[in-house]
Amino acid sequence: MYQLALSRMREFYREPEAVFWVFGFPIVLAFALGLAFRNTGPGKLQVGVVAGSGDSALAATLDSSPRLIATVLDTATARLRLKSGRVALVVVPGDPVVYRYDSTRTESGLARLEVDDVLQRARGRRDLVAVRDDRAVAPGSRYIDFLIPGLLGMNLLGSGIWGVGFSVVQARQRKLLKRYMATPMRRSHYLLSFILSRLVFLIVEVVALVGFGWLLFGVAVRGSFASLGGITLLGSFAFAGLGLLVASRARTIEGVSGLMNLVMLPMWILSGTFFSYSRFPNAMIPFVKALPLTALNDSLRAVMIDGASVMTLGTPIAIVVAWGAVSFVIALKIFRWR
Amino acid sequence: MLGPNGAGKTTTIEILEGLTLPDSGEVEILGTPWRDGAAGRALRERLGIQLQETQLADKLQVGEVLALFRSFYRQSHTVDEVLALVGLEEKRKARVVTLSGGQKQRLAVACALVSKPELLFLDEPTTGLDPQSRRQLWEIIRRFRADGGTVLLTTHYMEEAERLCDRVAIMDHGKIIAQGTPKELIASLGADHVVDFALTEGGIAADLVEVLRQMGGVSAVRTGPDGVSLTVVELHRALPALLALLQDRGVELSLLTTHHASLDDVFVALTGRQLRDT
Repeated sequence: MYQLALSRMREFYREPEAVFWVFGFPIVLAFALGLAFRNTGPGKLQVGVVAGSGDSALAATLDSSPRLIATVLDTATARLRLKSGRVALVVVPGDPVVYRYDSTRTESGLARLEVDDVLQRARGRRDLVAVRDDRAVAPGSRYIDFLIPGLLGMNLLGSGIWGVGFSVVQARQRKLLKRYMATPMRRSHYLLSFILSRLVFLIVEVVALVGFGWLLFGVAVRGSFASLGGITLLGSFAFAGLGLLVASRARTIEGVSGLMNLVMLPMWILSGTFFSYSRFPNAMIPFVKALPLTALNDSLRAVMIDGASVMTLGTPIAIVVAWGAVSFVIALKIFRWR
Repeated sequence: MLGPNGAGKTTTIEILEGLTLPDSGEVEILGTPWRDGAAGRALRERLGIQLQETQLADKLQVGEVLALFRSFYRQSHTVDEVLALVGLEEKRKARVVTLSGGQKQRLAVACALVSKPELLFLDEPTTGLDPQSRRQLWEIIRRFRADGGTVLLTTHYMEEAERLCDRVAIMDHGKIIAQGTPKELIASLGADHVVDFALTEGGIAADLVEVLRQMGGVSAVRTGPDGVSLTVVELHRALPALLALLQDRGVELSLLTTHHASLDDVFVALTGRQLRDT
């Protein structure tokens, strides 16, 4: 079994493409998304001022606000930029001053408030109630904090199903499985060798992604590393079981690829990897929560963001374990050995 | 086991190897029937098997593949020993994908030999190999046999069967149609030479065939699209008689060859078809 697991690992790390997709890709994804959605606060709002009498004075007034950038534009350009979203709001000088904007855009709404405030104050409006801003940044509330556990879950799903599924079907297609059957090798050893080699890769995957998140974006693990280790271990075994099930009958790589996508695609979308599954209609939520990746992602986020202990995560962990155990048992029953 | 492609050799050998269930009948290997579980594994410990279509993992090194197969058995050759048996010592660190066809085949045989088997199953081990690689494999098989091992080999090369095998079973359409030592099988033709000839005018008259049948020293006459084939006992008598007869009839030869009777001729005699044509 040790030799089988060893061969599996050798075959894997000698395949540069596979190494990239398993280890490199999630990190590239985390990097790109982390940059795109970094929390720098709301940026400056672009505002257009339509050319007319007193336009430059109006633009200068608006520009004096730290949150606005005002540009004088002719009517046609202003309309075009508003339509394409390059300015949030267009101000037409005159009496009355006209604000032209799309009220369904959050940005435009903000610009409307800010522009109006600046203009009214410039004409001498005073605050009637004394207020004080108390700004706070909640730990773990950034997008990257949400993303890293999700990517970790997705990565465990992908490497479990791809890693196991492709190896099994390739061995079957090349008649290697049949050749193994011609030796005294125990069938259970063959299947367990996948679990064993997954265990080794799991450590590398988790360390790479969590380490990356921590080093570059300061994504901390608030729960214990033991909890994180335990959960990823269970998740990895569950997905290896699912991978075996997906690969248990397929004779060709093409056939198993279709099955893998069928299994993984719904989970990528539904299981809250990139955005919270609470956006789905309420009727769907119980179904979404029963998916193994949802349960795993929830558990990982609970540990990494909320610092929860494994003990409080009974239900999602039970879901993950049940998927793994049921898949493994069915796979063992229906496995095509030649 | 000698037979054309599709004769059922692979099916037969895989039933014997316990990889395919027989539709009917019983199989005993080394005196033991196939059983699931521990009994089956105990039997497998004593066998070495090479399958026709196995492709070993490309990315592994030769030594690693052997270490893997070795780990399945309780007692086995070391990797170095088995590499020496098949002459792949210098390829130990080479990846499987870089091996030539002949080397891959020797590695497949090495995986079968690693268990120190009593009985070795080889399914068309030399099909598609160049003559030199084929001779290297023959040498490996001969050495295994000389050390007291038993080999069951399938092939569609009659030359291979004649050179390597103590006993040959000829198979066609899923049935064994003849078996014995290569000598016995050839002797069953009742003649030790074959004369093939063809005439310039193409076909041959039926009465001429009848005359040939009656000619001294001729034990069988077969006509085919390419000409006529005579199985003869005494070539030195039959050949001059044949030439005299043809001259007498005023027909001209376009081809005339003779050879010692081979297993191929046995197959033709039994089935009416050429082994290599099928």
